Amino acid sequence: MNFTLEIWRQFDGSDEEDKGRFETFKVTDIDPDASILEMLDQLNERLSREKKRNIAFDSDCREGICGTCALVIDGTPHGPQQVTSCQTYMRDFIDGQTITIEPFRASTFPVVRDLAVDRGALDRVIQAGGYISTTTGPQPDPNAMPVAPEVQEKAMDAAICIGCGACVAACPNGAAMLFTGAKVTHLNVLPQGQPERESRVVGMVEQMDAEGFGGCTNYGECSRVCPQEISIDVIGMLNREYRKAKTKRKPKTEKAMSTQ
Amino acid sequence: MLEYWRSTVGKKQFVAVTGAILVGYLILHMLGNLNSAFGPGADEARVDWYAHWLRTFGEPLLPRETILWVVRVVLLGALIVHITGIAQLVKRNREARPANFPAKRIGRSVESMAMLGTGILLLAFIIFHILQFTTLSIHVTPVEEGAVYANLYWVFQKWYFLAIYLAALVLVGMHLRHGIWSLFQTLGLDNPSRNQKLRHGATALVVILVIGFGSVPVLFFTDVLDPPREVALATILSGVFT
Ligand code: HEM
Ligand code: SF4
Ligand code: FES
Repeated sequence: MNFTLEIWRQFDGSDEEDKGRFETFKVTDIDPDASILEMLDQLNERLSREKKRNIAFDSDCREGICGTCALVIDGTPHGPQQVTSCQTYMRDFIDGQTITIEPFRASTFPVVRDLAVDRGALDRVIQAGGYISTTTGPQPDPNAMPVAPEVQEKAMDAAICIGCGACVAACPNGAAMLFTGAKVTHLNVLPQGQPERESRVVGMVEQMDAEGFGGCTNYGECSRVCPQEISIDVIGMLNREYRKAKTKRKPKTEKAMSTQ
Repeated sequence: MLEYWRSTVGKKQFVAVTGAILVGYLILHMLGNLNSAFGPGADEARVDWYAHWLRTFGEPLLPRETILWVVRVVLLGALIVHITGIAQLVKRNREARPANFPAKRIGRSVESMAMLGTGILLLAFIIFHILQFTTLSIHVTPVEEGAVYANLYWVFQKWYFLAIYLAALVLVGMHLRHGIWSLFQTLGLDNPSRNQKLRHGATALVVILVIGFGSVPVLFFTDVLDPPREVALATILSGVFT
């Protein structure tokens, strides 16, 4: 298959203030079963032979489970198929068509180079509450913490978020609510997550704001690009947990302690 | 509380609560308006009686118009919080997206995209509406303190006023079709099994509001509702004298 590619280029190293631009490439003889990343690999090999600067892009597992790949394909994060970029195959496109490839767009995801962006902001949101406290030492009794199947299912439906950030890139407000909602839901419904239940949601929301993510207006675009099909129900859960944490009356002793 | 308001999630919850207060008021306002559909009445139009009742409600326990003013202050407060919250959120949301790269529309609804536009136009309409029927400052048609039925009748003889009010209802309908569902989601009052019902419920409530509000001006314009009593009297009298 043959394609014309409009690829975003930025920061070739010569200019700190580089605002970026599209560059046009023609590729020929592409295997329909090649992924879009493999197609970019081929292009990069050619660029290397021509002694031109390679196109930078992120990838790792290339099997849709790590969340590293991050391309905006024809305006849609991860492309038209609602799978990760690495699982987007050239057979999904029409022979001869022009494909536009951009980095994930969000003010919180600064471009590192070309198609690679820095998604460290999501890691810092995790650090602000996406963990549980657990005791080390002897193995706990497996039956000590019963988890009902419905709860387990709900937790797992949220836990499958691979942290790719497509939800942020798809959001007209650059909000990270689907990602954070998935993390909060995953841990807050499980017994292991109860000790930090409130500090988790408050901490993660504060970190989202500190990073400069926008707010949710319930458009629902995030869920439509999420390769893991996380539902916006997790955002309802986040909102509920946050409201409860903020409107709960603190016991007197805790109040006295916090004012000291 | 201040921390709650400062966070994006908390601010949006203030917007949702104040939005819910305004929607609650709209429902009562619509029911109140329907009093006009009882016509000019034998000696007093029912809507005039109703307006009088609103002002004297609670007397003699409370001074005249107490409840009316409480409601007005609550509504104004709610509107101010609603708009302030939205203004600050819109600013944050714009900054979170790089300039010149708007997100492609994949599936978001027209109503949700138009929230800011319909909201601002609604604000303009609310100001106009208060000038017309509360402060009686628009003298295109005869207006008189206390004569609610007559004021309504004359205003809705004009096709352009009818058009303005019906257009405003389209705005209300659009704003609330997204807004009513959205507020449940924002407050985390939804749950997966209820979500679809909430969407349909929001649409149903919007239809009821639009028909409830819209019927009154249309009934006046189409002369289904009789002219106010003074006019009726005047025409009868003029009939007698000619
Ligand atoms: C007067 C000027 C107004 C402006 C500028 C305005 C603007 C907005 C905006 C931009 C939103 C955000 C929607 C979203 O992000 O999902 C919103 C939400 C909402 N508005 Fe308004 N609005 C106004 C008046 C009203 C009135 C009069 C009502 C009630 C009748 C109302 C009810 C609501 C509701 C229920 C929401 C949903 C809250 C949520 O998303 O959780 N608004 N408004
Ligand atoms: S919620 Fe979905 S789109 Fe967002 S980071 Fe997780 S997997 Fe990616
Ligand atoms: S490279 Fe791991 S998900 Fe795409």
